[in-house]
Parts: sequence; structure tokens; C-alpha cells
Amino acid sequence: MTTLPQTTEKKLGLVIDLDTCVGCHACVVSCKGWNTENYGAPLSDVDPYGADPVGTFLNRVHTYEVTPDDGASAFAVHMPKSCLHCEDAPCVTVCPTGASYKRTEDGIVLVNEQDCIGCGLCAWACPYGAREMDALAGVMKKCTLCVDRIYNDTLPEEDRVPACVRTCPAGARHFGDLGDDSSAVSKLVSERDGIDLMPEQGTKPVNKYLPPRLRDALPAAAAPMPTDPETQGLDGFLGWIDRTLERF
Amino acid sequence: MHPAPSIIAFTTLSGMGLGLLVFLGLGITAPTGLAAFLWFGLGYGLTIAGLAASAFHLGHPERALKAFTQWRSSWLSREAVLATAALVIMAPHAAGSVFWNMPLAGFGLIGGVLSLMTILATAMIYAQLRTVPRWHHWTTPAVFLLAGLTGGALLAGQPLIGQLLLAWLAVALALHWMLGDRQFALTGSTLGTATGLGARGRVRQLEPPHSGQNYLMREMIHVVGRKHALKLRVLALLGAAIVPSLLLWLMPFSVFALSAAAILHLMGMLASRWLFFAQAEHVVGLYYGQR
Repeated sequence: MTTLPQTTEKKLGLVIDLDTCVGCHACVVSCKGWNTENYGAPLSDVDPYGADPVGTFLNRVHTYEVTPDDGASAFAVHMPKSCLHCEDAPCVTVCPTGASYKRTEDGIVLVNEQDCIGCGLCAWACPYGAREMDALAGVMKKCTLCVDRIYNDTLPEEDRVPACVRTCPAGARHFGDLGDDSSAVSKLVSERDGIDLMPEQGTKPVNKYLPPRLRDALPAAAAPMPTDPETQGLDGFLGWIDRTLERF
Repeated sequence: MHPAPSIIAFTTLSGMGLGLLVFLGLGITAPTGLAAFLWFGLGYGLTIAGLAASAFHLGHPERALKAFTQWRSSWLSREAVLATAALVIMAPHAAGSVFWNMPLAGFGLIGGVLSLMTILATAMIYAQLRTVPRWHHWTTPAVFLLAGLTGGALLAGQPLIGQLLLAWLAVALALHWMLGDRQFALTGSTLGTATGLGARGRVRQLEPPHSGQNYLMREMIHVVGRKHALKLRVLALLGAAIVPSLLLWLMPFSVFALSAAAILHLMGMLASRWLFFAQAEHVVGLYYGQR
């Protein structure tokens, strides 16, 4: 059913530290790799070596520049963006076939690709651009929170996290149960004042972003350099050169 | 939003066809025999042609039957269910009118109401989307319903009702455009709220995720359509409402004027429906520094 569950037993999701992310795109690559080689239709590329390559990605890293209003120095922020597994997911309720659903047990939003007719309405309903229609498969693709890794007993325990989290060299991505206040991710969110993206859309995202910590302010700027060099009162050899050259 | 020809054709043609079926179903125009065959044929033909056009938009049209299952939550599913119910329940009324000179008013009435509800369901597919502020407004169902009924009245040969509806349609279109222009700003969504960094200062895109296009940008960010928006609005308003209204005023009971008015109205509505998509801005564009 494409009605949303009232509550979910867990709220599995990601916490992404915008202060730590270095924008290396390793999560983008590992996500594309895992989700092309494993569950569901592969994430295709069209014209990959040609002039106009396009492809399906479940995770994309944007880079923004923030210029504080108080005159503090500007800074860049790398922002990986994937499905936020919203509690009030608008992409689920619009689905006409029941292919989109939110799991009651862990809150993961998934697409049953056998039921998807590729109408694209769920992608329109998502404010975050988390869903992309695969050009070759004709079905909607989205982050599964690596549902085929996190419960996979055949993998070593340290690998039972989403591919993007496992691969992040900076440790900017954290995975856990955001419904459990005592979990490491929930503590991180409360310590660092984690934020929702576009809260005005009313989607109640599960994934949280940790805003960059406040930076040290630069010392007050020195007095500006004079445009014309000042030679008043110069004596000795340099004063003689100055006076001599001044005569020409 | 990307103005896909299949969706523009679908919403315009099936809206007009369903509008005609409203008039035929409610017995406002009650033909029998050959006239009924042609009139019901036109109503069914336009509606089914529109539905077929919409199927071209699907990635997997062979699974379309699954779209009848989620009517409890999905307007798209409701539209499929209502459209089918309208066409099926209208059928005895249509057959009775064509073959036995015996319209079945009960079936016609229910079929007519279901046809009207189908147009509403189509409109709600767009109006429900908070992500597209221009659509998320009461003027969207108003325009869809009035456009369908106006087209239906012209096709059903109802110049007086048609005149009235043309005037209402003109008002609804103008309101949809004027109020729609303010909708995006009213949501309060900016790159600052989209990134959550707005509290820290001015946010600007430094680097997009990829140097190429992607599905999201092609589907949701359509800039070209907005360049000639004003000209298109004038043309759409003239074609969809004003010129047909003048034609009916000059020659109220001429078949030629009615047909010309219907064709002009269709052209104007196609232009207006193209604008409906091409002008609509999706909030995801904010992430790309575009609208």
C-alpha cells in the first residue's frame, strides 16, 4: 500500500557531517558501484564516453559557498544528497501502483521495481531530487539505504552499513537508528544541532545534516596600504636617491 | 517542469472529451441515433486518445493495470479508476441513445458525475505537489474543471452555457497566472532552506555535482518556456476564451462558429497547458542554483 505507516519500529537513516565532508565524491562512486552490481536494475549511463554523458545516481555531492552576513570569512560546504527516508514521504503516497512504500520495521523508503510503471510522479513529489528514473530500465531508482548490506549476514560485520558510509574516508557519514534517542547518531544530532533540509516542505526527513562548526574569525584587517609610497623625512643614501630622482 | 507533449495532449484532449461526456451524460445535450453515435464517439474518442497518449509517457506501459490499485492514497490511481468507471457506466446510456433511441438517464447521470470527478482527479495530480508551488493552488483544479467543461460545452453545441463558461475560464486562467507568479516566494523555500545553511549567511552554488545534465535537471528545470511567457499567456487567453467568445457572440447559433470556437479553444488550451508545465518551477532547482 502506498499509504504511509503511522509509526515505524526504527528510523534508520544517515547523519551527514557538513563540517567533515571534503567533497571527494567517493560515496557517489561506491554507491553507484554497489547499486549497479547488486539489488535491482543497474544504474545505467547513457553515452558514457561520448560528448553528452548522463547517468543515474542515487547520491550526488553539491558544493556551496556561504558568505556570513556578519563579515566573518566565507567558506565552502560539500553537501552529499541522497534519499532522506522522510517520515511523511510525499513520494510514497502519490505512487499509483503501490511500487513505492515505506517499511514499517525500519522506515526505509523503497521501490518495488517489478510494480513500477515509470510514470515519474514520485520524482516530481520529492523536493530533494532523491529519485531518478533510469533511462534504460524505465523504472524509478532511489537510495535503498543499502538494504542488501545492512541485514546481510554473509558480509563481515563492519561492512553491514550503507556503501557510502563504509567508503567515506573522512568519516563524514554516520548510519544508525534516529528513532532511538540513545543511539550514536541521535546523540550526534543533539550535540551538533542537526538540521532538516527544507523543513517547510513538511516531509519530516529522517536523515539529518550537521552544520559546519563556527569558524575562528580573522583578526581585524590592517590599515590599508597607501597608494603612493611616502618618502617624507627619508635621509641618508636613500633620501639622496629620492631627492635626485625627484628632480627629473 | 519539462513540458512533455504526451502529457499536454493527454490532459487537454481527455479533459475536453470528459467535458463533452458530462453534457451528454447529464442529458443537457441529448442526441439519439446517428447524432448520438457521432457525439458519444467524439467524447469517448477524445478521452481514450488522451489516455493512450498518457501511456506513452510511462516507462513500463505494460504494467499500467497496477495503477488501479492505490486509489486510497494516490490521485493518479484515482484518475485511472474514475476514468474507467466513467466510460464503463456511461456505455449503456450511450448505447441506448445510439441504437434504441432510449437514453438511460440514471447511467448517464452517474457517468457524467464520474467524468467531472475524473477531470478533478487529473487536476489534483498536479495540485497536490507542494514541490511545484505554482501548481499547489486552488486555481489548478479550477482551470482544469472549467477548461474541460468549456470544451465540452462547445463540442456539445451549447453556445449559451459555453459563453458563460468561457468567461469563467478566462478569469480562472488569469488568476492562475497572476497568483501563481507569487506562489514560489510564498513557500519560503530558498537555497538557504534547501541546504539548511541559510542561517549562517548567503548561500551560492559553487560547483554542481556533475558537469553534465541529469534526469532531475531535464525533468524539473525548464527555463526556455519562461522567456516568452507573457506572449504565450496573451495568445492562450485569446485562443482559449476571448476569440471563441466573440465568435459565439457574433454568430450564436451557427455550427460553423461553434466548430471554429471549439478548435480555437483547443489550440488556446494546448498553449496554456504547455505554459502550465513550462512555467512551473520545482523546488529541487534550488539545489542547482536554478529555478
